[in-house]
Amino acid sequence: MVLDDDQLPPQPEPEDGFWRQATSAGALWRGLKVSLTTPGIILFASAAGFGALARDAGFSLWNSLFMMGIFFALPGQVVMIDQMARGASIMASALAVSLTGLRLLPMSVALMPYLRGPKVTRFQYVIAAHFIAVTAWMEGWRRLPEVPVALRMVHFIGIGSGFVAMTLLGTVFGYAVAGSVSKVLEAVLLFLTPIYFLLSLIATSARLPDTLAIAFGAILGVPLYLWAPGFDLLLAGVLGGTLAHFAAKVRAPS
Amino acid sequence: MSSELSGLTLMALLLAVSLLAHEPWRWVGMFLGRNLDMNGELFGWVKSVSTALVAALVMRLMVFPAGALAGVSLYLRVAAMLVGLAVFLFAGRRISTGVGAAALCLVAGQLLTG
Repeated sequence: MVLDDDQLPPQPEPEDGFWRQATSAGALWRGLKVSLTTPGIILFASAAGFGALARDAGFSLWNSLFMMGIFFALPGQVVMIDQMARGASIMASALAVSLTGLRLLPMSVALMPYLRGPKVTRFQYVIAAHFIAVTAWMEGWRRLPEVPVALRMVHFIGIGSGFVAMTLLGTVFGYAVAGSVSKVLEAVLLFLTPIYFLLSLIATSARLPDTLAIAFGAILGVPLYLWAPGFDLLLAGVLGGTLAHFAAKVRAPS
Repeated sequence: MSSELSGLTLMALLLAVSLLAHEPWRWVGMFLGRNLDMNGELFGWVKSVSTALVAALVMRLMVFPAGALAGVSLYLRVAAMLVGLAVFLFAGRRISTGVGAAALCLVAGQLLTG
């Protein structure tokens, strides 16, 4: 049941007449339906992995669901569970979780220009902020440029709500089947997330600096993780991104 | 720690950690991006930083995986990723096709070697 629209290019599609006469409700509904495409399926699968992990760690189903909804960022949730399982103090846990959340800062900065608008309320900003994690960020980036400015926020809230719903369903599923799935299938579920992230990055990279940023980030990722775990993603982002930004300039002076 | 806490206490703790230590990064990001010019230099840089950050995350998840994926050899993981990438690039740049091909490759590889 995967809707076949994930080949949309990052550029606006002039052929798509939908947005020319779209209403708010239509934009919201179309956003919700994104959860039935590839990223929604992959979120379901990775949330299933989280549900199984939370059950193994002794969490109740309700607390697993609560955690999925309130964080809506798997790395933070996994670190939180890991810290609690090790008996770390609350302050140490909060600090470790906070470090994983730091990566959401540049993503929020980069998505904001697509979300702001004259009629957007403060409440909508707070809701939209909560959906910013790698998947919703990437889908927002891929789809919002083609959406009329006035409908972008509503459309993004649709995308985010659909994604949250998929992760909650996935958590329940994973919690229910924990321990009874074959290792082969479990490995595949965990493999879907990185390969989807990689292909989405490539699909959305229209300019030379984007392509360079993917390459530099990938190269720096592993050594920085070994050298400075916890800060590795932010360091790889700032170093790799800055390098890509200026290398592209040298290559193609404007 | 989780076993010592009752359901509601744990829920309150999760809420506190989330709202005090995790969610504020999203708010700060949106606040900083509120006046960012989409065609400006700074926006291009922030976009590159986010892209490189996710690329690093991909490599971390691939090279240092958690759970059952850690039981799969690094060679097979990398091979499956390359197959997915090749199918994506040379068969119409469709994300679903590339992800599907990589997943199939990982299943086949595990069944053949395991």
